Amino acid sequence: MTMTRYAAQRLLITIPTMLAITVLVFSMLQLVPGDPAEIFLGEHQSSPELLAQVRHDMGLDRPLHIQYLSYLWGILHGDLGVSLYTNQPVLKQIMDALPYTLELALSSLLISTILGVVLGVVSALKHNTWVDSVSMALALVGVSMPVFWLGLMLIFFFSVRLRWFPPMGQGGLDRLVLPALALGLLSSATLARLVRSSMLEVLSEDYIRTARAKGLRERAVIIRHALRNALIPAVTVLGLQFGGLLSGAVITETVFARVGLGRMYVEAILNKDITMVQGLTLMIALSIMVINLVVDLSYAMLDPRIRYE
Amino acid sequence: MSNPRMSLRALDSASLDKSEVEPAHSLWMDALRRLVRNPGAVAGAVLLTLLILAAILAPYITRYDPVKMVPSERLKPPSAQYWLGTDPFGRDIYTRIVYGSRISLRMGIISVAIASLLGVTGGLIAGYVGGRLDTLIMRLVDITLAFPGILLALVIIAVLGPSLFNAMIAVGISASPTYARVTRGMVLKTKAEVYIESAVAIGCRPLRIILRHILPNILGPIVVVATLGVAGAIISGAALSFLGLGATPPTPEWGLMLSDGRNYLRAAWWITTFPGVAIVITVLSINLLGDGLRDALDPHMQR
Repeated sequence: MTMTRYAAQRLLITIPTMLAITVLVFSMLQLVPGDPAEIFLGEHQSSPELLAQVRHDMGLDRPLHIQYLSYLWGILHGDLGVSLYTNQPVLKQIMDALPYTLELALSSLLISTILGVVLGVVSALKHNTWVDSVSMALALVGVSMPVFWLGLMLIFFFSVRLRWFPPMGQGGLDRLVLPALALGLLSSATLARLVRSSMLEVLSEDYIRTARAKGLRERAVIIRHALRNALIPAVTVLGLQFGGLLSGAVITETVFARVGLGRMYVEAILNKDITMVQGLTLMIALSIMVINLVVDLSYAMLDPRIRYE
Repeated sequence: MSNPRMSLRALDSASLDKSEVEPAHSLWMDALRRLVRNPGAVAGAVLLTLLILAAILAPYITRYDPVKMVPSERLKPPSAQYWLGTDPFGRDIYTRIVYGSRISLRMGIISVAIASLLGVTGGLIAGYVGGRLDTLIMRLVDITLAFPGILLALVIIAVLGPSLFNAMIAVGISASPTYARVTRGMVLKTKAEVYIESAVAIGCRPLRIILRHILPNILGPIVVVATLGVAGAIISGAALSFLGLGATPPTPEWGLMLSDGRNYLRAAWWITTFPGVAIVITVLSINLLGDGLRDALDPHMQR
């Protein structure tokens, strides 16, 4: 099977899952206790007529399947409804916050990749030495540390004590450094553990012995033969990492009081802004599915041994 | 079994594994022996035991009330009187951390109980029954994969509403797909063994086969996932409380305590430092034990 056919097929499989997600997200509105129209009216205590009017305007008086189809129709046209809390289009609010979350996720992905790969490779090469023990101990502490605590400690040392960076907000590199570090350091710990074990496995393969036996310089053996193969599982995890970073962004954005999708999500839940919750859930799920697709495809490209089934 | 390929494969793996066949009880005894030789795992187990003791003995090892506010004693730095200082409401932080261990350990255990009940049951059914039921369960697992980390828990809390108990349910449900995947994979492997075939041949009912013959044989990996899962659930639970979606004031919950201290970073560093240290120590000890268990139960993984 060719790469294109594999990609097309993989895309086709994604569609039913995406549809299932829209059904789930749609049904959140029905599952949430309370009437969305009442939440929308909020404090302005309403007459039954007004409530009926709002319900009608929101389309809540139509049969469920019609409501779902019009919801789906809306999604396909980029209409995710109006926030019950701010009364603004959900998609516009998401798009306004997206760049901030994206810059946070990408910069921490960069940090975690560099640090994770370097730490993992070094510990594998220095297997069973103090270098290995120290970096793996660090990585274990890293995976045991909650991101909100690391964030608070970074603020304490670098903003409150040293005054190097502003403690909160968004925009500009100086406000990005600490949140990106908090998020990136922690996911680098997971990655380092994985790269190390994958590298150790590869280093014991026959082709590494062959490469050494034919007189290749150690550097070439490590980089061209070992690292390339060791990174294959790491790429899959990188995809998962990105999802993890989006989920970590929920907490990091709250710690650093940054505008972003994560903080929007938490606030939407606290405000019972169900349309916003729905919109964000959908956007996050879809983007993660797209990332997983890309990861799967790049996985196949990195490892020619993988035949698309 | 009517499928000849299946039985061939089963025979094959049986002959391969002959060298490893040992009396049933020695798998766990061997694992225990390997576990106690792993210094990290022993350290983790000792720390965890101390934490559990602290949680049980909380009233006897603390001097103050964990929730009662004492306005005259607010924001006191660590001292002989208040070992870890006091919070903005004049409550002793050491006392609150000790009582908080009850909540965090409960959080970890209840979430993992929910996750393994749902996930292991789902995985057993998917793996053993197969067919449409398998497809359905695995599709559900696929969908949940679109919500990594704490996101699925957030979706569930958005529906259930924020509270400590709902946080446990949310964390439990969101972790269950992992258990389902691990269990299903192990079931598929075990199902091909000769002893399962024999059990089917002598007319054992499916439920008996699953509970008596499959489950005990796949318990090892599930125990490892569950142990590490407790650590993950404690972090997730603390995160949810930190976000205001879990425990509510004045509960002495570690995540909530950190959130309380956020606005006092400048004036009172101890409020945000110690509850975090408590989380790290707890989670680290469980991770050490979990890593040790994994190595002990799977000697091939050891390097």
